[in-house]
Amino acid sequence: MTDRLARTPLHEEHLALGARMVPFAGFEMPVHYAGIVEEHKAVRSSAGVFDVSHMAQFRVFGFGAFDFLQGVLTNDLRKISELGAAQYTLMCDEDGGIIDDLIVYHTGDLEYLIIANAANREVDLDWLRSRCPAGTTIVDGVECEHRPDAGLVELADESDRTALIALQGPAALEVLGELTGPGWEPPARFHIAEALVDTVPALIARTGYTGEDGVEILCHAQTASRIWRALLSFAEVTPCGLGARDTLRLEMGYHLYGNDMDRGVDPVSAGLGWVVGKDKGPFVGSEAIARIRESGPSRRLVGLRVDEGVPRPGYPVLHEGEEVGKVASGTFSPTLGVGIATAYLPVELAGEGTGVVVAMRRREVPATVEKPPFVKSTSLS
Amino acid sequence: MYPSDLKYDKEHEWVRVDGDIAVIGITHFAQDQLGEVVYVDLPSEGDSVVAGETFGEIESVKSVSELYSPVNGEIVKVNDALGDAPETVNEDPYGEGWMIEVKLADAAELDAMLSAEEYEAFVTEEA
Repeated sequence: MTDRLARTPLHEEHLALGARMVPFAGFEMPVHYAGIVEEHKAVRSSAGVFDVSHMAQFRVFGFGAFDFLQGVLTNDLRKISELGAAQYTLMCDEDGGIIDDLIVYHTGDLEYLIIANAANREVDLDWLRSRCPAGTTIVDGVECEHRPDAGLVELADESDRTALIALQGPAALEVLGELTGPGWEPPARFHIAEALVDTVPALIARTGYTGEDGVEILCHAQTASRIWRALLSFAEVTPCGLGARDTLRLEMGYHLYGNDMDRGVDPVSAGLGWVVGKDKGPFVGSEAIARIRESGPSRRLVGLRVDEGVPRPGYPVLHEGEEVGKVASGTFSPTLGVGIATAYLPVELAGEGTGVVVAMRRREVPATVEKPPFVKSTSLS
Repeated sequence: MYPSDLKYDKEHEWVRVDGDIAVIGITHFAQDQLGEVVYVDLPSEGDSVVAGETFGEIESVKSVSELYSPVNGEIVKVNDALGDAPETVNEDPYGEGWMIEVKLADAAELDAMLSAEEYEAFVTEEA
C-alpha cells in the first residue's frame, strides 16, 4: 500500500479550484477550498458540492442476491423490497465486530448497489467473496451485463469507473431541478432514481452525510467533470472538501468508520442497534449481537460537548481523575461555536448530562455527555 | 505579506519591537497553513516566556499547533479579544491578531531572528 495516491475523476477540477489536497484512504482528496468553516456554513445555509468518488461502489445481482445480502448484512433487506429504496446497514463478523458501514440501494430487479468506505474496499470485497454462495462470479471494475444465469450471485466492483458527487444543503434540490429539467421529480428520502443531469445519465440518491436535505449523484467517471461544473455554475453552490464533510457529519452524530467504530466494536455499543434487524433470521454476527443485546454492552458511544478548545481523536476522557475512554471523533462545530466529540464510555457514565473531563494537550477541560445530533435543526429535521 | 519592520522565527512567529517591549503574533504563512482559527489558548499577564519554548496553543478546525516564544521576558499584555474573535488571527495577523506583549529580558537576542527577506526565503523553501 505504498503506491502513489489514487486520484478521483475530478482531480483536475480540484486543482483548478485551488483546493488543498491531502492523502485520505489511499486517495489524494480536497480537504478544503476556501476554508472549512465557510464551506460548512454554505452547506447549512445554501448548498455545497463534494467529490466523494473515493468511496467504493459494489453491485450485487442475480437470483441469489437477496438471500446472500440478507445473510451478510445486519439490517433487514425486506424493508427495501420496494424498487429504488435504500437503507443504512452494517457488515459484521461472527463476533459482531463491525467490518464496514454501508448504504444499500435496491436499484433493480434482483439487483443491489452498495456504497462502502474507500479504506475498506478490499476488506469488504474479500469478506463478501468469502461469504458468497457457490457459483458466484466476481467481476472487478469492468462493465458487466446483467447475467443471472452466470451464477447465483454476481458481485461487481465498479469503484474505479464510477464517480460520486454529493450535493447537500437546503438549496440542493432546487439546483438539481434546474439541471434535470421539468417533469423530473426527485426520489423520496432514502430512495434512488435515474435522471439526466445536464443531459448526462446518472443515478440520483436522496441520501447524504451532512444532516441537510440533498442528493448523491452517481455517474460514470468520464461524465463527472461535466456534472461537477454544471452544479458549480449556480451561485448557490459552494465546492466543499472533506474537512467540512467531517464537521457536518459530526454535528449530526453520524458515525465515521475507523473513528467511531471498527472491528473491535459491536453495533449495540456503537449505538447502531437500530440497523440490526430483529426478526430477519440468522446473519453473520447475529448470535453474538443477540447475546450483547441481552446482557447489555459495557461501553457505549456517547456525544460530548466541551467547554473550550477543540477535542481531537485520541485525547483521554477522564472521570474523577481516572481515564475512562478516549475521544473517537472530535472537532470544532462551526454551527455551535464549540468543540464536540464522540467517545466510548462505561455505560454508567453514558447518561445525558454526565460531567467528564477531556485531557487536551495543555489543560483539562470539562465536557458534558450529550445525545447527538448536536445540531437539532436542519433542512432535514 | 511579510512586513519589513518585523523580525521572524522559523516557527512562524513575528516580533514587533518598541524599546524593551516586543509584540508577538503568527505570520501570514502560519495562519494560511492553519486555516480558519477557532481557538487561541494564551498565557496570563505576569507569566514568563522562554525563547524556544511554547507559550500557548492555536487551533483551527483541522489542527492544533504550539505557539513558540522567540524571546525571553515577562508578559505584560495578552490579546484577550482573540477569545471572542479568534478569526482575527486570519484576518489581520500583523495587527489586531497579535497575541502577547513581552517586556524583553535582553533586546540583543532579537539580532539572531530572521529579517522579512530571510523569512520569506525560508517559507518559500518550506512550501
